[in-house]
Order: sequence, then structure tokens, then C-alpha cells
Amino acid sequence: MAKVLMKGNEAVGKAAIEAGCKYFFGYPITPQNEIPEYMAKELPNNDGVFVQAESEVSAINMIYGGAGCGARVMTSSSSPGIALKQEGITYIAGAELPAVIVNMMRGGPGLGGIQPSQADYFMSTRGGGNGDYRTPVYAPATVQEAVDMVMEAFEVADYYRTPVMVVADGMIGQMMEPVEFKAPKKRDLPKKDWATTGTNGERKPNIINSLFLDPQALEDHCFKLDRKYKEIEENEVKYEMYKTEDAELVFVAYGTTSRIVKNTVEALREQGIKAGLIRPITLWPFPHKAFNEIPAAKNLLVVEMSTGQMIDDVKIANEGRLPVDFFGRTGGMIPTPGEIMDKAMEVIGGAK
Amino acid sequence: MAVVFKKTEGLTDKQTHYCPGCTHGIIHRLTAEVLDELGVLGKSIGVAPVGCSVLAYDYFNCDMHEASHGRAPAVATGIKRVQPDKVVFTYQGDGDLCSIGAAEIVHAAARGEKITTIFVNNAIYGMTGGQMAPTTLPGQKATTAPLGRDVDHAGMPIRMSEMLATLDGAVFVERVSVNNPANVRKAKKAIKRAFEVQLEGKGFGIVEVLSTCPTNWGLHPVDSLKWLEENMIPYYQLGNLRNPEEAK
Ligand SMILES: Cc1ncc(C[n+]2csc(CCOP(=O)(O)OP(=O)(O)O)c2C)c(N)n1
Ligand code: SF4
Repeated sequence: MAKVLMKGNEAVGKAAIEAGCKYFFGYPITPQNEIPEYMAKELPNNDGVFVQAESEVSAINMIYGGAGCGARVMTSSSSPGIALKQEGITYIAGAELPAVIVNMMRGGPGLGGIQPSQADYFMSTRGGGNGDYRTPVYAPATVQEAVDMVMEAFEVADYYRTPVMVVADGMIGQMMEPVEFKAPKKRDLPKKDWATTGTNGERKPNIINSLFLDPQALEDHCFKLDRKYKEIEENEVKYEMYKTEDAELVFVAYGTTSRIVKNTVEALREQGIKAGLIRPITLWPFPHKAFNEIPAAKNLLVVEMSTGQMIDDVKIANEGRLPVDFFGRTGGMIPTPGEIMDKAMEVIGGAK
Repeated sequence: MAVVFKKTEGLTDKQTHYCPGCTHGIIHRLTAEVLDELGVLGKSIGVAPVGCSVLAYDYFNCDMHEASHGRAPAVATGIKRVQPDKVVFTYQGDGDLCSIGAAEIVHAAARGEKITTIFVNNAIYGMTGGQMAPTTLPGQKATTAPLGRDVDHAGMPIRMSEMLATLDGAVFVERVSVNNPANVRKAKKAIKRAFEVQLEGKGFGIVEVLSTCPTNWGLHPVDSLKWLEENMIPYYQLGNLRNPEEAK
């Protein structure tokens, strides 16, 4: 298939439809409105249904119902809306249903702003809803990656019976880039014989549920979920190592920020400074092992569009071996290569 | 020997956990009988609420989906939109439907969602131990209204059926009670009609069923039926508020 020039949000919608998503339930919020708009326009032509819910809480519960029927379902929102969706996400995780949730992050807390941000890292990777659960989180850095990850997310969701999040920022949603729609590697997906599709008088009733009043039964369920999460940690970690073989200063950045950091790495190398980048592609599971693959590293410098959230995971992965510094802009401010460079100089200067 | 009365196919063999004298059991039975009699059990998907009937998924003999508190109409919307040929119903208490889930029920009705809601109004929060509900009557005691509901402080109880009946999408709205055999029969008729309306693809249907909570009302089951009749029915008048013929 040839490349087409598309706006990020619309490309996300098209990717979902290409991946077999037939049902989208959502509620408008900037900067992701083109996703529900695209779905409203295109799903009816693709034998699917779009419903605008009365709230994010309702939208995610429609997703919960649709996922329970075994359909490929998706919703999207931006930060304050995702905060509301956390109620449904924990139920979907608890009931082990597949669903895809896209977050085009904006600045917070509260109503915050509408400019790009990465301040939902904690909310995405630490749960956000109640209880013992995890959600795989993909963080695209380009529109092409957003497309690929949305498609992959449906496979991962079905394979593990879990909600999967694709977490980008408003910049990816709003920019236009050339993209190609290639189906991901097909997995051997389990049959959805648990779905509530009517017994037709031929089998025992199916029950979609996350309630376990007996604490022992709930503990068993949580440990079962935990075994699944360990399997995901084992098999689904994704990251990129950029010029890290000889890098003494290793940046850690994801999403849009990683693109800015790549430019900074080039600029530093032009000045003879050996810089490199670890880019987590999955935020959960976090690529802990990447931190064993930086033989020359002397310093780690985390760059985020937040006041510092991923830095916690970097410190865990680094296990105290190297000094970890941080540079962040937040609230919708985007870091410039110049200011990252200044921070880099300060860090390596300080390490000497 | 001819069998004159037997358990409906619509219910499983599980023993229910309801308190003695609670009318949740009757309402389960009526709903299950209707699904069985309409011959739609095999294509029914029920949505259980949060409240005393949270375990309804163990009792109805059809596919069931447990929802979070108040969101059953949204979950049912997801199910019905994915499977428009199935019979989808929610079973919800008054705390679930009138309080936390007020938006979900109003908008499911407004969209004319082709689902059926069985709304059990016992004027109190049963499961959590007798706190005030939006349907608690003026002066009625509850653990969070120890001196009785003070309408200056808490407002007047919500008449949900009357509210929903103002919406064009709600094509069948009826309030019934299960306090005596005659009313039980009327309740069954209304529930049946509500499901028929769904099968005819006409829109949203709801049956509000006045129900007892002897445990949290602190009354003997028989006195509870009397209390319902004397206190609830005057405020929550029984009858049909909307039917498809009139909704046209
Ligand atoms: C989000 C959330 N808030 C509160 C609760 C606690 N809760 C459980 S049942 C219930 C009230 C249910 O009352 P009602 O719907 O009237 O049903 P009943 O128990 O009377 O049948 C509440 C508040 C909960 N489970 N989830
Ligand atoms: S607490 Fe009340 S509503 Fe709940 S089962 Fe007991 S009597 Fe019924």
C-alpha cells in the first residue's frame, strides 16, 4: 500500500478500522476530536457503529459492554477524559476483556491546557483505576508509529485479553506525516468463547464479571492476572537504542520528546560529545534491560514533557549505578534542542 | 401427575442471597418468566448492577454482564450496538439508577436505546446498610438521615419514571408494585410488554417496580408490604406513563 499524508488523529482512526475495529464509543475533548469525527464518518461505511456517549464514564462502559460481546472496540480521549475512563479500565482489566484506549495527552493537572504534554505517565503506567492490574502502554513518536501501534494494540489486547493503551501527545494527534497501513504480524489468537453473545440454548451462560466476594478467590484472580502481566513483561517490551554503543551521556526519552532529543544527540556528537538515547516504546512493560546495554555510559539524562514521572522507572532500571539527571518542560511547553543541550553540558560538566 | 407449577427455565438453580421477605426475588422471577415465555432466553444478555442484586448474574439463566455502579445502561448500550438482534436488559436498584447512574439512564432513554430496564425502587440503599437513596421518602429514616429525610436539607425524592417519560426515546414507561398478588400479575404484564417493545425495535423501555427492604426498613416482611402500600404508592403512583401507541 502506498504512503498517504494524514493527520495523526485521523490516521489513528483509519488504523483502528484497518485492524478490524467496528465499534467506537467516545466523547469530545481537544486535542483528539478528529478521532471520533473520523470514526463517525467512516465506521458506518465499514459495517460498524459510532456512538457519541454523554460522558467519558459512559463511553468506557459502552466499550466494556462491546468488548464483552467479543467485538474489537476502541475509545479515545485526552487527559481529563482518560482520568474519567479509569473507572471502566479497571473493570475491563478485572473482567479480562480486550479493548484499545487512545490518549492524546494534554497538560494537567485539572483542566490544565490543550497543548501537548506527557504528564499522564503515572496515570497510564501505575494503574489510575483501583486494584491490582496493569495495562500495556504504547508510546508512538511518529504518526506512522501511532498507526502501527494502534494495529498492534488490537492484537495484544485479544491475545492477552487485556485493555491496551496507546499514549501519544497532542502534537502527534495534530501533525501530518506520510503513513502506510500495514497489517501487523498476526498472532494465534484464542477463541472468544467467553463472550456474551447469547447462549442460543446450546451452552451454559457466560458471565462477564470482576466481583469476587471471597478474598481467597480474589487473591487467586489477582495472581492469575499477575502471571499474565509477567508474561507480557517477558514478551512485549519494546524500545529503541539510538547511538548508545559508545555513548557516555545516555538520554532517556519517549514519544515526541524523543524526536527532539535525537536532534540534540546529533548536535552534541557534532561537538565531539558521545551522546545516545534509550527510547522506551512500551512504557509498561518498561524496558529495564535496555539499561544493561550501555557499556560506555557515565550519565543518564531523562527528558520529559512533565515535571518528571518516567524518571522513577529509569531510577529503578538503573539500580543506582549511574547518576540520573532530569530535564523537563510541562504544561504544554515543548523542550527545545538548545535547552536540552545546555542541560546536557551542565550534566557532563558536573560529572567530570 | 400433571405439573401445575414449576420453577422457570429463566432462573438457575442457585439459591439467592436475598433477605427473607425481600421482594427482589419476586422481581427476578417475573423477569425470568417473561424471558422464558417469550422464548428469548437463548438470545438474552442481562446486565447486573451494583446493589443487593449485584449477584443477579448468578441467578438469571442467560448470558450476563456485571457493570460498575450505575453504568449498566452504558454497558447495555455497548452490548446492544454490537448485537442489535439480541435481547438486552438491565436490572438496577434506585441508588444505582437514580443516583450515581442518573446520567447513564437518562441518556440511554434519550437515545432510544433498544434495551429494557427493570428498575427496583425500595427507597433505600440495601446493600450498603440502609443509607438514604434519592428515592427515600420525606421523613423516612435512613442511616444517613437518622432523623428522617429532611427535604429542606436533602430535597424531595426523585420520581424517575415521570422524568424519563418526558423523553421521546423512552417509549414504554410503567410503574408497578409487587406488594400483593394482583399487583404482581400487573407487574408481570408490564415487564412482558417492555420486552415486547424491545423485540418490536421501538425504543427504550423501563418498568419501575416498587419493592421492599424489610432488613433496612426495620420492619417485618408483612409490615413492609403494608408500609410500601401506605407510604410508597401514594408518592410513586402506579400505572403506565408511556406506551408506544401514545409515544408516536
Ligand atoms: C463507585 C461505587 N460507589 C459506591 C459503591 C457502594 N455501593 C454498593 S451498593 C450501593 C447502593 C445500592 O443501592 P440500590 O441501587 O438502591 O440497590 P439495593 O441494594 O437497595 O437493592 C452503594 C452505594 C460502589 N460499589 N461503587
Ligand atoms: S438488604 Fe433489603 S433490598 Fe437487600 S436483600 Fe435485604 S431486604 Fe432485600
